[in-house]
Amino acid sequence: MNIVVCIKQVPDTTEVKINPVTGTLIRDGVPSIINPDDKGGLEVALELKDKYGAHVTVITMGLPQADAVLREAFAMGVDKAILLTDRKLGGADTLATSNALAGALKAMDFDLVITGRQAIDGDTAQVGPQIAEHLGLPQVSYVMGLDVKGEGKYIVKKETEEGYQTLEVEGKCVLTTLASAFKPRYMTVAGIVDAFDKEIEVWGADKIQVEESKIGKAGSPTSVFKSFTKELKPAGEKFEVDPEQAVELIVAKLKEKHII
Amino acid sequence: MNKADYKNVYVFAEQRDGEIQPVALELLGKARELADGYGEKLVAILAGYKIAAKAQTLIAYGADEVVVLDAPELKDYITEQYAQAIHQVIEAFKPRIVLYGATTIGRDLAPRLSARVNTGLTADCTKLALAEEDQEFLMTRPAFGGNIMATIVIREHRPQMATVRPGVMQKLAKDESRKGNVVTFEPKFDSSKFKVKLIENVKEAKDTVDITAAKVLVSGGRGVANKEGFDKLQKLADVLGGQVSSSRAMVDAGVMPHDRQVGQTGKTVRPALYLACGISGAIQHLAGMEESELIVAINKDKFAPIFNVADLGIVGDLHKIVPMLAERIAKEIEK
Repeated sequence: MNIVVCIKQVPDTTEVKINPVTGTLIRDGVPSIINPDDKGGLEVALELKDKYGAHVTVITMGLPQADAVLREAFAMGVDKAILLTDRKLGGADTLATSNALAGALKAMDFDLVITGRQAIDGDTAQVGPQIAEHLGLPQVSYVMGLDVKGEGKYIVKKETEEGYQTLEVEGKCVLTTLASAFKPRYMTVAGIVDAFDKEIEVWGADKIQVEESKIGKAGSPTSVFKSFTKELKPAGEKFEVDPEQAVELIVAKLKEKHII
Repeated sequence: MNKADYKNVYVFAEQRDGEIQPVALELLGKARELADGYGEKLVAILAGYKIAAKAQTLIAYGADEVVVLDAPELKDYITEQYAQAIHQVIEAFKPRIVLYGATTIGRDLAPRLSARVNTGLTADCTKLALAEEDQEFLMTRPAFGGNIMATIVIREHRPQMATVRPGVMQKLAKDESRKGNVVTFEPKFDSSKFKVKLIENVKEAKDTVDITAAKVLVSGGRGVANKEGFDKLQKLADVLGGQVSSSRAMVDAGVMPHDRQVGQTGKTVRPALYLACGISGAIQHLAGMEESELIVAINKDKFAPIFNVADLGIVGDLHKIVPMLAERIAKEIEK
C-alpha cells in the first residue's frame, strides 16, 4: 500500500501577537511547525505502515525552508519526502494550491492520499476536497478513525456536529484528518539522526503537468482585497470595587439594558 | 465564461434528516440584502428526499424562489451525490453568488464544487457586503487564527462562492404570507462515481444545548478553575434564563464539553448578554463573542484584554461576585 500525506509548514498561530501600537502582526520569532491536522494525518499513515507495511511518502508545497517539516516527518518514520517548490507556484490560493498538489500526485503511484482537514494559518479546509476533485477520487473529510477492510475498502469514521458517521469507501480516496483524533508519535533519536542524511526530492513546476494558468497567482480565483486587524469597539467602564458594589453595578447595567 | 451571464444570489439550504438547518435561514437573511443590492432574485437550493414541503419555510424566511432537488440519492449527505446534483444546478442557472453554511457539510461540499466548477471559494466568512462604488462582492473572514481579518474578492470567476459561519448572520422574521416560486429540478446521477456508502450516522447523546441560540450566556474561563466553579456560573445562568458557555482553556482542560466553546475554534455567539467570568480574552475568544449586545466581564487581572471589549468591567473575584449576583438578581426578579 502506498500512502501520500500532504503536509504544510505553518506559523504557530497561538504564538502570534499583535503589536498594540501599530496593530500589525508580530511574526518575528514565531516558530514554524507541521500543521497539526496534517501531523494527525502523518500518524494515521505511520500506523498503517506499522500494521501493514505501507510505504509512506510525504509532500509539501512551499518555500525551500519548508524542508524542515519534511525532515521532521522523516524523523517520525516516513519513507520518502518531496518538496514542491517553485516561484511559479507562489501567491497561490486554495484552488491553485490544489491544482499544483494534484498535479504532483498524478505523477506518483498511490493508493491513499491523506491531508489535514485544515491549516491553522488559513483555516479554510478546502485543499483536501479540491485535490480529491482534481484526481476524480472520493473524499472523506473530518476523519477521526480509519480501518482497512481488505479488497481495497476502507471503513472511515467522520466527525459531525452531532456525533460521527461511519462510511465505507471503495478504492483509492482522499481523507482529511483531525489533529484531535490522532496523537502524533514523537520523533525517535535515531530517526532524528537519520533524518538529516535522507534525501529530499525537490520538484519544480516543470515536474507537474499543470498549465501555468492554473497554478500560482495566475491560477487563483480569489484575491485579498484588504487585510486588517480587527477594530475593537471602544472599551466601556472598568471598576475595581468590593463584591457588593460590583453586584450593584452589574444589576444596574442589566436593568438599564432591560435584561432583567 | 461570460461574467454577465451569471445572475442572482443562491443559498444552499442545508437540511439534516429533513430539517432545515438554522444556518440556512441565517444565510437567507444576509443573501436577501445582497440580492436586493443587485436588484436580483434570492434563490434557495433545497436538496434531499421527500423534502419539497419545506420549500415554503425558505420562502417565509426571504427566498424568492426555491429550486427543489428531491431524490433518494440525496436522502443523506454524501459528497459525490450532492456535488453532482448541485453542480448541475450551477450549470443550469448560472448563479452570481452561492452561499453555504460553514458546517461539516458545507465545508465538505463547497470546496469540492469550487474545484469542479473552477471558481473561487472564501471559507468561514463573518461578513458579506457589496462595495459601495462598484458593487464588488466583499467576503470578510478571520485568518491567522483570528489574529487578522481579510476581505476577499473573486473578480473574474463565477459563481462567487463562500461558506459562512453559523450564528453570525441574522435571519429575517418569519413571514408566512410571503409568496415565491418553487421550481423542481431533476438531477441526473452518474452512480459509477458513488464510492462512499453511509453505514451509520451516530448522534451522540451529548448535552444538546445550543449556545448560539441563548439570549444570555454566562461564560467561564481559566479563572473559574473547575467543575465547582462552573456550578456557580450555572446557578447564575439559571436565574437569568441563560446558558453556560466556556473559553477554549476550560474545554482543553476537560472541564467543559466542546459544544459549549466560544471562539475561533468553537462557536460564534451574539447573545443579548455575555457575562465573561475569569476569561482573559485572547483574540481567538473575542472573535467568537465580540458582537454580543452587552458584554460584562469579571476578572481578577485588571489588564486582561477582555476589558477592552467589555461594556462593563469588574476587576474582582468571580467566586465571590457570581454567587452574590445570582442571589441579588433572583430577588430582583421576584419583585
